[in-house]
Amino acid sequence: MPRELEPAIAQREFVLAALKQGLRTDGRALLESRKPELVFGEELGMVECKLGKTRVFANVSATIVRPRQDRPYEGLLTISSEISPMASSVYEAGRASDEEVAITRMLEKVIKRSGAVDLESLCILAGQRVWHIRLTLHFLSDEGNMLDCACLAGITALRHFRRPEVEVIGEEVIVHSPEERAPMVLSMHHTPICITFALFEDSSSPVLDPLHLESQLATTTVHLALNAQKELCVMHKAGGMPLSVEEIMKCVKIGVERVREVSKMVNEALEEDWKGRVVEIR
Amino acid sequence: MSRVELLSVHNYRSDGRRPKELRDISLSLGTHGHADGSALVSHGLTNVLVTVHGPREAKSRANTLFDRAVLSVNVDIPVFSGGQGGKRGRSDKRVLEFTSAIRQTFEPIVQTQLYPRSQIDIFVQVLQQDGGLLQTSINACTLALIDAGIPLTDYVCAITCALHDSTPLLDITSLEESDLPNLTAAVLPKSGKITLLTLETRIHVDRFEEMFTLAEDAGKVVHGEMLRAVTTRTERLVRAMEKGGVQDHSRTGIERPSARRAEMDIDMDDV
Repeated sequence: MPRELEPAIAQREFVLAALKQGLRTDGRALLESRKPELVFGEELGMVECKLGKTRVFANVSATIVRPRQDRPYEGLLTISSEISPMASSVYEAGRASDEEVAITRMLEKVIKRSGAVDLESLCILAGQRVWHIRLTLHFLSDEGNMLDCACLAGITALRHFRRPEVEVIGEEVIVHSPEERAPMVLSMHHTPICITFALFEDSSSPVLDPLHLESQLATTTVHLALNAQKELCVMHKAGGMPLSVEEIMKCVKIGVERVREVSKMVNEALEEDWKGRVVEIR
Repeated sequence: MSRVELLSVHNYRSDGRRPKELRDISLSLGTHGHADGSALVSHGLTNVLVTVHGPREAKSRANTLFDRAVLSVNVDIPVFSGGQGGKRGRSDKRVLEFTSAIRQTFEPIVQTQLYPRSQIDIFVQVLQQDGGLLQTSINACTLALIDAGIPLTDYVCAITCALHDSTPLLDITSLEESDLPNLTAAVLPKSGKITLLTLETRIHVDRFEEMFTLAEDAGKVVHGEMLRAVTTRTERLVRAMEKGGVQDHSRTGIERPSARRAEMDIDMDDV
């Protein structure tokens, strides 16, 4: 496995010295995030999220399957998030790097464990037929903070997606095509949004939305997932530089503010896109 | 499915504990003969054995670093330990995450710069699990590293905390773990800082701070226990050395079978 090159000494010193003065290489303030840009595809459930040069494409599809034996009333949600060498040459196909494991597990916790999608509403016929929602993420380019980008793309795609309406008559299931009946939105409990901070040895404040170079140089990173209801869904800080309680609480407070802005933006983007779509109901 | 009452009206938990009561902690050091350091730690029914080998020459030169030692962590969670979901292979994402959480926690704590071009192997063997697996494993790793005589900047004391309605519950069992939002925190008692913090499922931000500070205090209690275990162990070793039985032959490379046996005997008597 090729190990990623460490940043050059001059580069490291420049970035760290600039951060000490509260400056970042791309001109942002320490607590300023890149503006996420959501591009909706032709089909429902296709979303590309751009965070500067970081790009993640999310696609949602649904099929009808038999439910799990132990959970006859629940639909299934699977997230596939393999990072291909397309994103960056350090990722190898078919071999999970540390980064990939971290991203996959975080997405699973943020989207699945926190119960963002109402799985019980995906049940068609108890014990026999349920919807299987598949969220596929394609990591197109890595310029830092792929997790936040992927999470935003995934959550937006799930909210953008519409599944065909089904009708149950006795034991028979009829799936109506979109031309016949308006497809239905997935029922969601909440919209978790992921926020990443990078922390440096002697920088006064945490750095929001780190670039690739910044996350390489950071002494530790903190991932938070919050929703607009001020609920903390997932928090993850594995090792690295130890932090005091105040520092962690500071990150949480900043996260709360930031999430409010992002969820507002997502809602607006979804509304905007929905206006432009013609859905025929006959 | 019958639901077990996680916290009764009289403020008792499903296993009869109070909300802020920890489970029985048992810490034993140097349980393993061949390893450089080992520890068997149990919090209630969660039982983990950690062995540390090294610092030693790395198996593959490609994985070494010129300026510090490399930590390699191996985790084995067998089926008989009683986790959910059957067999967990080495490539299971959850096991990989668990492994990297342990490695990343100890990388800044272990003074790796003292052992350039070498490797420290940490083997985590889960024997039984009943909630708080990460907590138990981290505590066991700390003790095993201390037992191996590897310099650490501080103890790492981990603890779990869950939230039932508005009552924080410390040191959770698997029953509580699967139903309640919970966090695992690893505290450095000397500086009072946090190295590892993971939280799962939804809680309100205001409740989080309460849980978090409680976990921090509980970490210090665990530290007290660990300190006692290490002191007892060291006192015992010193006593054994005063008897004159323990001699270090590893440096000369010459091994005298009789002396070796004498050392073993003392170990057996005292440990």
